[in-house]
Amino acid sequence: MELIYSRTKTIQEDKVSGFCPGCMHSTVIKLIGEVLEELDLVDKAACVLGIGCCGLHMDYIAYDNTTAPHGRACAVATGIKRASPDSLVFTYQGDGDFAAIGLGESISAANRGENITVIFINNGIYGMTGGQMAPTTLIGMKASTAPKGRDAREHGYPMHMCEILDQLTAPVYLERTSCNTPQNVIKTKNAIKKAFRNQVEGRGFSMVEIVTSCPTNWGMDALAALDYIEEKMLPEFPLGVVRDR
Amino acid sequence: MARLFMKGCEAIAEAAVRAGCRFFAGYPITPQNEIPEYFARRMPEVGGTFVQGESEVASISMVYGAASAGTRSMTSSSSPGVALKSEGISYCAAARIPIVYANISRGGPGVGSIQPAQQDYFQATRASGNGGFQMMVLAPSTVQEAVDLTYAAFDLADRDRNPVLILADGVVGTMMEPVVLPEMKSPEEIAAIQADKRSWACVGHHLDYANRAWIRPGQWSTAKMQQVNEEAAALYASWEKDVKVEEYRLDDAQVVLTAYGISARICKSAVDRLRSQGVKAGLIRPITVHPFPFAAYDRLDYGRVKAVVDVEMSIPAQMVDDVRAAVKDRCPVETCLCSGGNIMSRDAVIGAVNAVMEGN
Amino acid sequence: METNLCVAGFGGQGVMTLGKFLADATCHSTDKNVTFFPSYGAEQRGGTANCFVVISDEEIGAPLGDVMDDLIVMNGPSLSRFLKTLRPGGTLFLNSSIVDARDVDRDDVTVVSAPVTEMALEMGSAKVLNVIMLGVYVGRTQVIDPAVVWDTIQHKLSSKPKLLPLNKQAFEKGLELGAAQRG
Repeated sequence: MELIYSRTKTIQEDKVSGFCPGCMHSTVIKLIGEVLEELDLVDKAACVLGIGCCGLHMDYIAYDNTTAPHGRACAVATGIKRASPDSLVFTYQGDGDFAAIGLGESISAANRGENITVIFINNGIYGMTGGQMAPTTLIGMKASTAPKGRDAREHGYPMHMCEILDQLTAPVYLERTSCNTPQNVIKTKNAIKKAFRNQVEGRGFSMVEIVTSCPTNWGMDALAALDYIEEKMLPEFPLGVVRDR
Repeated sequence: MARLFMKGCEAIAEAAVRAGCRFFAGYPITPQNEIPEYFARRMPEVGGTFVQGESEVASISMVYGAASAGTRSMTSSSSPGVALKSEGISYCAAARIPIVYANISRGGPGVGSIQPAQQDYFQATRASGNGGFQMMVLAPSTVQEAVDLTYAAFDLADRDRNPVLILADGVVGTMMEPVVLPEMKSPEEIAAIQADKRSWACVGHHLDYANRAWIRPGQWSTAKMQQVNEEAAALYASWEKDVKVEEYRLDDAQVVLTAYGISARICKSAVDRLRSQGVKAGLIRPITVHPFPFAAYDRLDYGRVKAVVDVEMSIPAQMVDDVRAAVKDRCPVETCLCSGGNIMSRDAVIGAVNAVMEGN
Repeated sequence: METNLCVAGFGGQGVMTLGKFLADATCHSTDKNVTFFPSYGAEQRGGTANCFVVISDEEIGAPLGDVMDDLIVMNGPSLSRFLKTLRPGGTLFLNSSIVDARDVDRDDVTVVSAPVTEMALEMGSAKVLNVIMLGVYVGRTQVIDPAVVWDTIQHKLSSKPKLLPLNKQAFEKGLELGAAQRG
């Protein structure tokens, strides 16, 4: 029988993922691994992990990785890439990491046009710390630090990182995707591939924002979380290419 | 070798370049701006990288990244900025990433004053970040020593895979003095240093789980975390061999001054002046303030020494805690202090010594 | 033998450059120890500026002593601030164009007056007042060989050769004036 699909070799089979059932981190990490293999970039990969659930897979990926201080992934990636320009340097960050505590590092690296790739996981909530409000939490969405739901008068509005970075001159590629349907998973993979290619070609800063779920902290099962993405998240975070130069 | 007339900050930067430092990230703060400015000019000449970070916090993270890639890397700042770097320093210490950084210290706490001070002794030696890690802390008192210690710091950092701190002050950083610069490491030497780090450098490895680079500033397993800390503790304990101290005119000393950095060179001239007036003064100058040269104080003859006078540009005094622990009540420990950006006066030191002598 | 010098004036009067030329020349032409220590206000412009130069056969302690052997004062505020640091018997070099020698309320110091602002304006550029004063200082004290000081100035200005003739004239005028006041 012909083998037409197998698990990416960048994921160690005897290691157990720490992710919750229905979590989309594992989907995205699988996509990253597949793209690395397809582009023959595993040997060059240097992944900078954010703090929180974004680092839960450090034990089962077979490529180089480091962990940045909370929010500083783009600064750490800047250091690695400048010191080792031939490496494929990408960050893997959540919304608290990239858009709250790391906002300065994120925008500044994008503005310098660092030749790095950001994989930004936006699920509108803090995961590992237990469901606190994120910069991307929807209006009305409940969080442990916004028990009555996010109130714009008190907490402001969800931040749209693709659109914010689109105000800068330097970034070359900004796209928002999701993993809520098979079609969107494929689009996400293509976006990651394009972003990595940009880096290999020396084109500059690329970011893929991936709208994902957190069934555990959203307080729903995995299937309900898919509906929530479709009905609530995507109207606030419309999918598509925001910039492609 | 020809003497060059150089500013402390610029001499530190040039010494780093000559030691093979090829990545620097920093953020402006007085009185250390000449360090990043020097690197901004110099790095392109040697194929290195300078980045002006968006903050101290970002700059140290960049250095953590570049050093994780195996490149000799450095940052610098001054007191409040060094406090901001504590996050990244702690990560470097936890992940055992070798970096060198310099604190050209100024008045504090808070935004303090932009003039020179020695208010960061505890920050440097006790808690440069969370988690109880330690670093070697080298305290130059002349521009030449700043050069020599910076050059050596990169070797120490690589040897231990640990951060090393150059604790200078605004006087050593901004004054100009003649210096003889160390030899420039050749591209081959720098490549060899880099190659030594290739096995753990986070730059990409052939697909092989066991051999990937895995830089870990933390651990999931409590057992592993304890083991990491035990290994670090063993490293710190091994530094006794690296203690550096200058013991000046102690043979028959009745009053022993003790100070580091700029205060120490002022004390040294006070010792000479006092000796010319017939007062038997001496000086213990820690060059490594961490590890602290406790043994130097054990070598004193407490039958003869009336007092040890701790001289610091810090109020309250800080190093005095280590001095007291070293003296162990074998004689009184007095202090002679100034703060706020005021520079220690030789006359004040002489007055403090005379007060001890007259007290008998 | 150790000489402690303080140079003080307004920012923009070239006070730092004066000190640096002297210290640099000492470093390059002698085997003496020498330090230069600048002291700035937080302002980028218009504040006071002063620097300290120590030249010594021995190891130098503080790069700014408690007591000065020589004091160069380029403006009024610096006189009131630094005159008290000059040791009895020390020498005060005064920019007499803008500081009145009658304001020197000490009789235990020697005053060397030089109208360096006026002299500089006569030469066509107010900017060279510091080089004139450096000439006065070196001419009077002979702390190092004037020729090596000129070498240093020449070297530092090598990227701006147009400025050399004016600076040479300024330095030489200062030397003459200083030498004439040797005691």
